[in-house]
Amino acid sequence: MRVALFVPCYVDQFYPRVAIATLRLLENLGLDVSFPEKQTCCGQPMANGGYEHYTQGCNTNFIAAFSGYDHIVCPSGSCALHVKDHLHDPKQEATASAIRERVYELCEFLTDVVKVQSLPASFPAKVALHQGCHGHRGLRLAASSEQVLPFYSKPLQLLQMVEGLELVPLSRPDECCGFGGTFCVTEEAVSSAMGLSRVKDYVDHQATVLTGTDMSCLMHQEGLIRRKQLDITVMHIAELLAAPLPETV
Amino acid sequence: MDQHPKAHAAAAAGFLADQQRADWHDETLWFVRSKRDKAAQQLPEWEALRTQASAIKEHTLSRLEQYLTGFEEKALANGVQVHWAADAAEHNRIVHSILAKHHVRKLVKSKSMLTEECHLNPYLQQQGIEVVDTDLGERIVQLNQEPPSHIVLPAIHLKKEQVGEIFHQHLGTAAGASDPQYLTAAAREHLRQKFLAADAAITGVNFAIAENGAFVVCTNEGNADLGAHLAKLHIACMGIEKLIPRMEHLGVFLRLLARSATGQPITTYSSHFREPGPGQELHIVIVDNGRSTQLGREDFRNSLKCIRCGACLNTCPVYRRSGGHSYHNAIAGPIGSILAPNLDMRKNADLPFASTLCGSCSDVCPVKIDIHTQLYKWRQVLSKEGYGPAAKKLGMKMMAAVLAKPDRFALSGAVARKFLGWFPKLAVNGKLNPWGRQRELPKVPEQSFREWYRTHYNPKKTNS
Repeated sequence: MRVALFVPCYVDQFYPRVAIATLRLLENLGLDVSFPEKQTCCGQPMANGGYEHYTQGCNTNFIAAFSGYDHIVCPSGSCALHVKDHLHDPKQEATASAIRERVYELCEFLTDVVKVQSLPASFPAKVALHQGCHGHRGLRLAASSEQVLPFYSKPLQLLQMVEGLELVPLSRPDECCGFGGTFCVTEEAVSSAMGLSRVKDYVDHQATVLTGTDMSCLMHQEGLIRRKQLDITVMHIAELLAAPLPETV
Repeated sequence: MDQHPKAHAAAAAGFLADQQRADWHDETLWFVRSKRDKAAQQLPEWEALRTQASAIKEHTLSRLEQYLTGFEEKALANGVQVHWAADAAEHNRIVHSILAKHHVRKLVKSKSMLTEECHLNPYLQQQGIEVVDTDLGERIVQLNQEPPSHIVLPAIHLKKEQVGEIFHQHLGTAAGASDPQYLTAAAREHLRQKFLAADAAITGVNFAIAENGAFVVCTNEGNADLGAHLAKLHIACMGIEKLIPRMEHLGVFLRLLARSATGQPITTYSSHFREPGPGQELHIVIVDNGRSTQLGREDFRNSLKCIRCGACLNTCPVYRRSGGHSYHNAIAGPIGSILAPNLDMRKNADLPFASTLCGSCSDVCPVKIDIHTQLYKWRQVLSKEGYGPAAKKLGMKMMAAVLAKPDRFALSGAVARKFLGWFPKLAVNGKLNPWGRQRELPKVPEQSFREWYRTHYNPKKTNS
């Protein structure tokens, strides 16, 4: 099983530790993982900003980088969802379609494809889980609080395998943090207010670590947490699932 | 009304300037959503009901002409006078002509978002007719000379102290009084006089039933009934999308509507009207006002399924923190942001961007409108048709050019990281950078992942 690691562009540049954790996590499960270096960005920032018609270059590049793998795994629900919903190329639609079907967010890949039953991970801390909306409601990584359906949560299922990790309950367990791509800049006031509400929820429930499936949501909330100098460490879920991981970058 | 593309963002920032009020607004509407959650959870068949409601609406929209003409035929046979209005102006003219024929000077209205959309009140007031909104929340905002901020809870943005002040000024209640029971009693006294003095009543329509020409109006205060039964003339204004085929479909929607709106099992009054009472006249004005255009837009047709429950407003984290008036449109929130560009793309080009596309609106919608997907699609339409800011278009084009080429991306990534590292904190976190107003920037790592992978990991595995 050949697995391609799809690293979101901003993770590549600003959070290499998240990509390293993802890589180590997948390799420790015995998978043959490659990082296709031609990859750049999935095109989501342009598409969500209303300029999907400028993303053909990104799409063509994405297809060139990710053709021929059995699975494409991404430590971001948002980027994976964008590819699943919007990757097209009139010149090679069959290849684009194959990629759309093979792209997975990390947690759903671990629970649904690899079907992991246990992890050798240990991370004793009080952790709050932020569910990134695109993964949560877009990829259905977990049941959403609006719907009347049996409860399930793929990220939670995995976090429960981490020794010593204690998940704190939240008042609004699946409310958006307000990052929203360009929204965080064009609607700065609302974006920050939404983020601060989420952060208050973690503080109210005495979490010492904030985690989630999307580093973009976490980057926004980490920015607020650091400005307020709160004692909350922000880590991507891959870092917890691969913990303890040696410091590398 | 501000026509600047960033109108929503600016208005929202203004709303958030009073943080205490903004927090209260957020928490109050979240309380309503939580009530809705409990009410929905009590019905194990909730998801099946949503599917059924969506299918009924889908079917009706696919044969709208047939159901509209069928409805008209039955209504006429019931002794109801039916009028057709292509747009808001025609709607207002028709309503006024009926009122003029009866020499109406005083009018009571039950809450109707359609008449808000058509700006009926100011039109009638200009013709010298006194218009009194009789829904309590609607009356409060009317006295305060502002539009409703929410389609179900029109005065939800006002605290009881503010209501006390408005009533003190207009109804003569005691200064500083804010006790809800006292204020409600004063409003009741005031409104009873208006009901008794009115020459005519206008109501909205929640559901119109094609098979028998009847319609249903849902209120929690019984104000539609009081108005319609006391006055000699009743005019009901409805959008063409309010139709359902048969009476047997009504139960599906009545079960969903109040639960989604306020968490009640059912609205307190679901009043059925079919024919005029003895000595009375009953008119129905059926309004298009852009709806058939929306029906013709395949990507946005689904928005006509909306039953105006307001659940997408209550759940929307952006709405809760920006208030209804920031949407500068009769229908605020996520659903309003789909409907508004259909009416005027230029004026409402900002609204589909007033969302994080979190998807909560789509999951909460009782008729399964794919709201956030339609917001995404509107963004594409508006940008392509040139309603986006020029600077953004240029920025997106440049970004697309960099991201299409791996070497350009790797180089500009390295430059960006150095840039962020070099610049002193104040320069980057200053007021000119919206990110930095309330947030720190990410710490800059020495290497990107791709650099680390190439140099420290396993160069042989690199697939280039």
